[in-house]
Amino acid sequence: MTSPFFLRYRSVKATSLNQTHRDMNAKMVDFGGWDMPLHYGSQLDEHHRVRSGAGMFDVSHMLALDIKGETTRDFLRQLVANNVDKLTQSGKALYSCMLNPEGGVIDDLIIYFLTESHFRLVVNAGTADKDLAWMLARRDEIAPGLEIIPRRDLAMIAVQGPEARARVWQVIAGSQAETENLKLFQATFFDKYFIARTGYTGEDGFEIMLPAVDAVEFWNALHAAGVTPAGLGARDTLRLEAGMNLYGQDMDDTTNPLESGLGWTVELKSDRNFIGKQALLEKPVKQQLIGLILLDRGVLRSHQRVITRPDQNEGEITSGGFSPTLDQSIALARLPLSVSAGDEVQVVVRDKMLRAKVVKYPFVRNGKILV
Amino acid sequence: MNTQNNLKYTKSHEWVRLEDDGTVTIGITQHAQELLGDMVFVETPNVGRKLKRGEECAVVESVKAAADVYAPIAGEVTAVNPELESAPEKINQDAYSAWLFKLKPENTGDLNNLLDYAAYQKLLEAEGD
Repeated sequence: MTSPFFLRYRSVKATSLNQTHRDMNAKMVDFGGWDMPLHYGSQLDEHHRVRSGAGMFDVSHMLALDIKGETTRDFLRQLVANNVDKLTQSGKALYSCMLNPEGGVIDDLIIYFLTESHFRLVVNAGTADKDLAWMLARRDEIAPGLEIIPRRDLAMIAVQGPEARARVWQVIAGSQAETENLKLFQATFFDKYFIARTGYTGEDGFEIMLPAVDAVEFWNALHAAGVTPAGLGARDTLRLEAGMNLYGQDMDDTTNPLESGLGWTVELKSDRNFIGKQALLEKPVKQQLIGLILLDRGVLRSHQRVITRPDQNEGEITSGGFSPTLDQSIALARLPLSVSAGDEVQVVVRDKMLRAKVVKYPFVRNGKILV
Repeated sequence: MNTQNNLKYTKSHEWVRLEDDGTVTIGITQHAQELLGDMVFVETPNVGRKLKRGEECAVVESVKAAADVYAPIAGEVTAVNPELESAPEKINQDAYSAWLFKLKPENTGDLNNLLDYAAYQKLLEAEGD
């Protein structure tokens, strides 16, 4: 095993909040080429604060893209695995993955329906360049008239936790009346803000896009209203507890979404012919993504082997770590379909075999432990 | 940084202290605990285990990552810190009192091959680039 002490990176990209993070004594790390805050002192404190109050994350490294043109919906019907025909009301959002012809996951993304000639997509930071190139090439084949506009002029701040919405209403004067009836996975424009009731922590809250030039002022106002700055470290433990997939770990362009816990985002029933559909129909599904709770002492980490029957390495942890809410180690693992919740498996952790219980995720949702 | 003049150090960020009884006490440095962040699990070697210099012999795991701890010199494990099993966060609170294990050195002279305070500071500066 490599000691992380010696890892050294060179970061090149910075969000509009970079100096603000430094001023708040953030420990900065490279994340997919972006110089981002890992934590502002204690990842654990930030995690608990999001579960009990309100925390905020700079997620401006993710890329928003506007797709404009009369044939946008038809283009998206073919581009992504979920069916954008589910989006009938302006502001409604849909989670989906974008597949390659082999059925592998190019990225997972959120699609917001604004008007028939304007949809907004949000893609991961590390995959943004690859996604954009893929979309432009498919656009040229399928719908040459469409505009695909990267919105690097926008900042994105996620405010999450049971108190999150109230703190945002305090900061954006007049926004409560416009946003308190937003349902989960709905968004609306208010003033210069695009406010979406989405998130990545298993808590209530908003993800807010705004002009990058206004991000520092907004961030500072949220801080003054009692919202705790939280880094990528807490984001990862929160999303793992919430059972949310992380691109590059739980799925990538070599994995099948149906074996990566993403079956609910793949719509196969309609006669819509999306990229990757044929491959998914032809490939037998042999594995599933399911949760683990470690019964012995230790910490589960990604890539550890999971043994479901004696002497057979039949699975692998895709995301593992310590759960601050459960105070024990949890994981997502890709295991054979024969395994089900309640089973006990063994995980190879260095030179030891540790016992783990198979569970259905999410582990935590809205502050409550579910396993 | 709160490193101490009377300790020896390794390039892999262990600290080593020679005790009056001839044993050495080993932990990870303040710099190491800062890099790793909130500690959640510590695995120490069994008492009686004979270690070679550089051998992987303990693991410290933070929320963020697992890191191996290497034997700074050859010797036999004489004690492990029982507090860390239930309270690994003591390493975050004070890296120089939250020791991991003690060794009876094969050869006390091996300590001379380790870094002194000034050399370790230089290493940290070089790594900070």
